[in-house]
Amino acid sequence: MASVPHVAVIGGGSTGAGIARDLSMRGLDVTLLEQGNLTHGTTGRMHGLLHSGGRYAVSDQKSARECIAENRVLRDIASHCVEMTGGLFVKRPEDSAAYFEEKLAGCEECGIPAEVLSDEEARAVEPHLAKDVDRAISVPDGAVDPFRLVVANAASAQEHGARIETHSTVTDLLVEDGEVAGVEVEHGSGPGKRVHGVEGGREEVRADYVVNATGAWAGRIGEMAGVDIEVRPSKGVMTVMNVRQVDTVINRCRPKGDADIIVPHETTCILGTTDEEVDDPEDYPEERWEVDMMIDTLSEVVPMLAEARTIRSFWGVRPLYEPPEVGSEDPTDITRDYFLLDHEERDGLAGMTSIVGGKFTTYRMMGEEISDHVCEQFGIDADCRTADVPLPGSEEFSVLRDYMDEFGLRSPIGRRSVERLGSRADEVLDTDGPNPTVCGCEGVTRAEVRDAIEQSGSDLNAVRIRTRASMGNCQGGFCCHRLASELLPEHDELTARRAWDELLEERWKGQRHALWGQQLSQAMLNYALHATTQNRDSDPADGEPVDFGAFDDGSAESGTGMAVGVATDGGNRGD
Amino acid sequence: MEFFDEAVPHYRGSHTDRNALVPTHGGTVKPTARYPASVSAGLASEDRDVLLVGFDSLVDFDAPHAAAHLEAAGVPFEVRAVTVRFPGDLRADAEVTRYAKPLDTDGETTVDGRSRPVRGALAERVAAELDGEGRVGFPAILGDDRPHRVRAALEDRLDADVFEVPMGPPSLPGMRLEDALFDALDEAGVSIETGNPVVDYDGDDRIEQVSVEKHGARIPNTADQYVLATGGLVGKGVESDRKRVSEPVFGCHVPHPDDRYDWFDTEAFGDHAFARFGVETDDSLRPLNGRGSAEFENLRAAGSVLGGYDFPAEKSGSGVSIATGYAAGRRAGEAV
Repeated sequence: MASVPHVAVIGGGSTGAGIARDLSMRGLDVTLLEQGNLTHGTTGRMHGLLHSGGRYAVSDQKSARECIAENRVLRDIASHCVEMTGGLFVKRPEDSAAYFEEKLAGCEECGIPAEVLSDEEARAVEPHLAKDVDRAISVPDGAVDPFRLVVANAASAQEHGARIETHSTVTDLLVEDGEVAGVEVEHGSGPGKRVHGVEGGREEVRADYVVNATGAWAGRIGEMAGVDIEVRPSKGVMTVMNVRQVDTVINRCRPKGDADIIVPHETTCILGTTDEEVDDPEDYPEERWEVDMMIDTLSEVVPMLAEARTIRSFWGVRPLYEPPEVGSEDPTDITRDYFLLDHEERDGLAGMTSIVGGKFTTYRMMGEEISDHVCEQFGIDADCRTADVPLPGSEEFSVLRDYMDEFGLRSPIGRRSVERLGSRADEVLDTDGPNPTVCGCEGVTRAEVRDAIEQSGSDLNAVRIRTRASMGNCQGGFCCHRLASELLPEHDELTARRAWDELLEERWKGQRHALWGQQLSQAMLNYALHATTQNRDSDPADGEPVDFGAFDDGSAESGTGMAVGVATDGGNRGD
Repeated sequence: MEFFDEAVPHYRGSHTDRNALVPTHGGTVKPTARYPASVSAGLASEDRDVLLVGFDSLVDFDAPHAAAHLEAAGVPFEVRAVTVRFPGDLRADAEVTRYAKPLDTDGETTVDGRSRPVRGALAERVAAELDGEGRVGFPAILGDDRPHRVRAALEDRLDADVFEVPMGPPSLPGMRLEDALFDALDEAGVSIETGNPVVDYDGDDRIEQVSVEKHGARIPNTADQYVLATGGLVGKGVESDRKRVSEPVFGCHVPHPDDRYDWFDTEAFGDHAFARFGVETDDSLRPLNGRGSAEFENLRAAGSVLGGYDFPAEKSGSGVSIATGYAAGRRAGEAV
């Protein structure tokens, strides 16, 4: 073994990125492997709630205590990812009064600051609450940007020497003499940042230890070495509204149930969720009833949601785990706690541990525990510092400076840029030349987009999660081509065109669940902009060579005969 | 088309069976039968070399990206691109009209500490980059009221033809077209009520009157014949909720699948049912009810409120609007 152990961490979600940061800060040599973008799996598909612990205060007090502890840590180390909105548990007349009291007592037992608000006080906080909401409990819930948080963890790991590989799928575990000795990886586009059109390759990453932090995908990694990991993936829908109908996290004060939370997130509100066990974390039905339920049930609490505009819906899979002997039938009964599975103890396979279950809010604590466990294997005695050292972007920083003037940005764009970038604002926004807004809905400037491209290569979805560009009302209708343009001159035109296509398809995917009313009008407008003005549905650079000479050259001579190549009639789609 | 040409004399295109290919801001070419004079020197279906000029603060048109994309499409000429600073002190997020207005008036702008007219200052920056190309393309910001003069002034100084590359909304070529059409209506003595929605109508087989809401009051308007030209999903002439699609003014039947998950295709550029949402009509453009007969004997429909065609895929939006607007108007006129 080398003097510094090399650890391969599989999974670029919050847990994997948290582990990579922790281990690299303790001086270990780390390689993080993620099959998609950072946050590609479950992390990028959550409602963005920073738990106060209130939701678990009755049913699972251990988790509740962990949540409030980590809630305080994240406010400190990740201030640029967190918005302390506060949260309410609201009670309607038909909701149990006894449960309301249990919730209040539970919060007190777990050390979660909680205060009862009368109906009038609750409506003073959130004017759009239903008129018959009769009481509420206020708790320190917040909103957290999972993308920004994971990117900051990965950046910190990188600063401490870690290697971060995205679009790199683990295809096999290397097992030698009954011990895991590394992983085999298929890179999407060559090691390093993802660039479209660059040939990938296979690599053997040898490691002294492997951590499987792939959440709902943990079973697949286990299978590669013949060990059983019984993760029970459970899907949940999240429906995104076009504005913030509420500025506080609204929880329905009921024991458990679907469609019971609204999280204000950046310019939007996210409604959640359902809880249904699925067989395959990548292939499960996304159903209409789930979207309808979000709107119909949550409008009992905030009536204006019934007529409000949604911009898209997305689904995530929870990586639920329970020891097989528990045998819960209903996924809502499965604990939200996390489990560390040392495969040496459990399966006689040395060199690998899996971490399963758990919640986004406690990702850092999970990272700490598994990092302790890894260090133990090597007899390393190094303190965990992830709770004390701020993440890149959240270092000591005053938001009171006048960034609008300093960087020539207009409010509110300047304010929003600085909120997103935190303490990185100086290095990112201080550019030569004008810094126009590329995404108008989310107020994202060229400097931020270029900074994200520098970090992530030609992948515009990676740029999107870093900056929020294309995530607003128009869902990329006005900015997809602008984002593609920013890829030049670092990347060539073909690379930009592929990345542009991919972004258009990704944006379309989630909007399909919001296609009625204003968002259907928006979709028609976007389709017209992209297909008519930009002719991207029959892009002459993509299809058969165009016989330009066969088209009218404007010399006013009449002619006959249709040319082939560029579709003038909708192409081969028929009509 | 003669009728259109009388109203809008600044459009070109021989309108043969062959379309012309107009380069647009994404760097593709759009097959087009009629196009504004301002884009005519840029047609990709002719073969003179092109210099594309972008402005570093205007994100909707990236000249190097568009040039590379056109080259990838195999255009039969060389395309070069330059990005320059627009003369004067425009802020980074300026609207397109902020570029157009000073060019219209050829107002004074400050360049390197001295004041000079903006057209000349712009031409000078571009001339320094020109390398014998016979035509120079700019994003479509070359004037709002006097685009012809702006182009002529630049052409004179550059000794090359100048053209515009159309962009998304707000589009100056679109605004100029709108102005020309409204001017033609004025000239024809048409009275226009804008800003007040039609909220109700009276009549069963025949529309007797429509009510317009004005300052909270309902003002009745009567006519012998009515034409519905309220637009499609984008213009809100066709509306929808989670359950159904409707035409909001007269409640005309809009055919659509029952399940909203059948309204779209899974691919972004797939075969979308929603793109065809709109009213069905008889041969004289009268909207049909669900049983195949005219909703009203004196109501006709024109433009995007019509269903059954996918204008983005067909690139047929303006063509259908011009043709059906003309036909609906003629038929209505004949019926009076």
